[in-house]
Amino acid sequence: MKKYEIAVKKTLTPEIGQISVYAPLVAAKAKAGQFIILRVDEEGERIPLTVSSTSPDGLVTVIYQKIGASTMALDELGQGDCLHDFVGPLGIPTAVENVGRVAVLGGGLGCAIALPVARALHQAGNQVDLIAGFKTKDIVILEEEMSSACTDLHVCTDDGTYGYHGFVTGKLEELIQSGVKYDRVFAIGPLLMMKFACKLTEKYDIPTTVSMNPIMIDGTGMCGCCRLTVGGEVKFACVDGPDFDGHKVDFDEVIARNATYKDFEAKAKEKHLCRLKGGAN
Amino acid sequence: MPNMQMQKTPMPEQAADVRNKNFKEVALGYTLEQAQNEARRCLNCKNKPCVSGCPVGIPIPGFIEKVAEGDLAAAYKLLSDANALPAISGRVCPQETQCEGKCVRGIKGEPVSIGRLERFVADWAAENGVTNVETAPKNGHKCAVIGSGPAGLTCAGELARMGYDVTVFEAFHTPGGVLSYGIPEFRLPKAIVKREVANLEKMGVDVELNMVIGKVLTITEIFEMGYEAVFIASGAGLPMFMKIPGESLVGVYSANEYLTRINLMKAYKEDAPTPILHNKKVAVVGGGNVAMDAARCAKRLGADVHIVYRRSEAELPARAEEVHHAKEEGIVFDLLTNPVSIEGDEHNNVQSVTCIRMELGEPDASGRRRPVPIQGSEFKMEVDAVIMALGTSPNPMSYDGTPGLEKTRKGCVAADEHGCTSCPNIFAGGDAATGAATVILAMGAGKNAARSMDTYIKSKQ
Repeated sequence: MKKYEIAVKKTLTPEIGQISVYAPLVAAKAKAGQFIILRVDEEGERIPLTVSSTSPDGLVTVIYQKIGASTMALDELGQGDCLHDFVGPLGIPTAVENVGRVAVLGGGLGCAIALPVARALHQAGNQVDLIAGFKTKDIVILEEEMSSACTDLHVCTDDGTYGYHGFVTGKLEELIQSGVKYDRVFAIGPLLMMKFACKLTEKYDIPTTVSMNPIMIDGTGMCGCCRLTVGGEVKFACVDGPDFDGHKVDFDEVIARNATYKDFEAKAKEKHLCRLKGGAN
Repeated sequence: MPNMQMQKTPMPEQAADVRNKNFKEVALGYTLEQAQNEARRCLNCKNKPCVSGCPVGIPIPGFIEKVAEGDLAAAYKLLSDANALPAISGRVCPQETQCEGKCVRGIKGEPVSIGRLERFVADWAAENGVTNVETAPKNGHKCAVIGSGPAGLTCAGELARMGYDVTVFEAFHTPGGVLSYGIPEFRLPKAIVKREVANLEKMGVDVELNMVIGKVLTITEIFEMGYEAVFIASGAGLPMFMKIPGESLVGVYSANEYLTRINLMKAYKEDAPTPILHNKKVAVVGGGNVAMDAARCAKRLGADVHIVYRRSEAELPARAEEVHHAKEEGIVFDLLTNPVSIEGDEHNNVQSVTCIRMELGEPDASGRRRPVPIQGSEFKMEVDAVIMALGTSPNPMSYDGTPGLEKTRKGCVAADEHGCTSCPNIFAGGDAATGAATVILAMGAGKNAARSMDTYIKSKQ
């Protein structure tokens, strides 16, 4: 197999794809919670993605959502194509220890990251409730894999078309109120979801780890683009994280910073779509 | 008979109001005639004070004499034997504090423009396909270099020349370190960096990209792979911030981020996939070369740019030529001024920076007069971006946890002037060992370390 070759590609939903990339050195080292950075071509943007799984034959699996021009360009590659660059594993692995009973919350694409975290915690001897939230039934991903990676899987949909009707925070509160005592919560997903999960767990005084995904360039601490405020101190998500104590993270600041290039991204996406259309005609 | 003209032969450059709108190289280089005219200003002094000012020990009067004679091939041989990256150092060295600072001609006029001549010879060689890539026969020993910046590339070149098998591990997708991500195209065209790296590859150096040492491989594992000596040249590290309110607002950049987006990711180009904010008015905080680079980039992206520096002009650490070029390009210097807070609008976008005026007090530990705030002199500057160019703190990622490897109090690798560390088979140099310094000091460290690595490996046999 060639360096950075896409060995397997799957379409999980119309918006979400999964690729397994040949990168044996990365595969040998990557642990739950770590990420890689890839580039599609010579001019490409550096795209950080959390590692979903690795295999002994040198494959690293990542899951991406087609949210902008760069991830759309990534999705145009197929099995047998090679990425231009693939670097990792970056960041500090999730602290996996046996603490007793834990809840792992995954939101949308965040379930791809919650999956290896839940699996590692489960293998470490924890009783793991994996609470996976999606907008609607059609875009539920990785259900089988998640089910085998935890003690109990609770799928939630915002619109009630499948599983629990409501947000993951609603399900978590329901479980807490039914008498379940959690020793720790892991929340992985959209910033708003993590913010509200932390508000909830703060109320019940449950230590909570979040996996942050700010804008990043190098991923090795060189640029400081991914900085966030945690407990009043500036931290770099790429080298100090991506996991942080969720009760100390200034979410509003990250939410604003992540919108820095909103206009640029919208334009780039539009241009990319135009180009695709042009090509088809 | 030497040319007794008091001033340096001027080098043609793009006009200031043209170049501050493009990213093409500012200085255009000498013609042969200009170079020979300048070369003839060298007195060929017996004691060669200039050479003592050169961190890589270039035989300066020797190569300049060859330029005067018009024997450029011989000039290039002398130059490139001593310096693996002459086209680069000729462009970015602070010559005024090194070779040219010691030049006898500088006593009564301007020194010989050694840097411009170095650049001229290196560019001539490239244009004419002349290289100096001969190496000693392979000696069968393997060395690893962490980082492909000026220290790493120089060390790799020296080792390859001695016959070693050299692998350079680079974390980024492009080699060059600060030469690629930091120094802008208009000061150091990236084609030149590529060319110098290609020359090293011709010498047999293997450059492995996308390799974050400390993560994908540890130094211990590198030794297990059969490498006998490792040179740590992983660069300066983590950008510093001021710890003032508002530093995480949208529009506050570290200079590293701003420059990386522009130089490495080409965000200044129309269709680049990596974005950068195009600001109206930018404050760049700091007075070093990095601050000048960031300011001049912001200017080229269309902003009105102010350098905010807490000391006075005399203390500006940047190269004299960079300050001169920045001023010519219309960058305003707010000296003896220091930010105290940054304010944002309702969307968290930078709206202004509040600064305080400073005055110089008693000398501090660095020997420079300490800037002291003038109470009550705060004023607000309306800006939509602030770029922090304050230096860096060490990033131990590549070497943390290496058994027996000692660090300095600040967290750099502890290394002596020969590049030796507390481990006999590990060497270090450049910013990773010294904290942020210059390209040429890093090159000097790479050269010294290569000699130490050679001595170490030979001592084992």
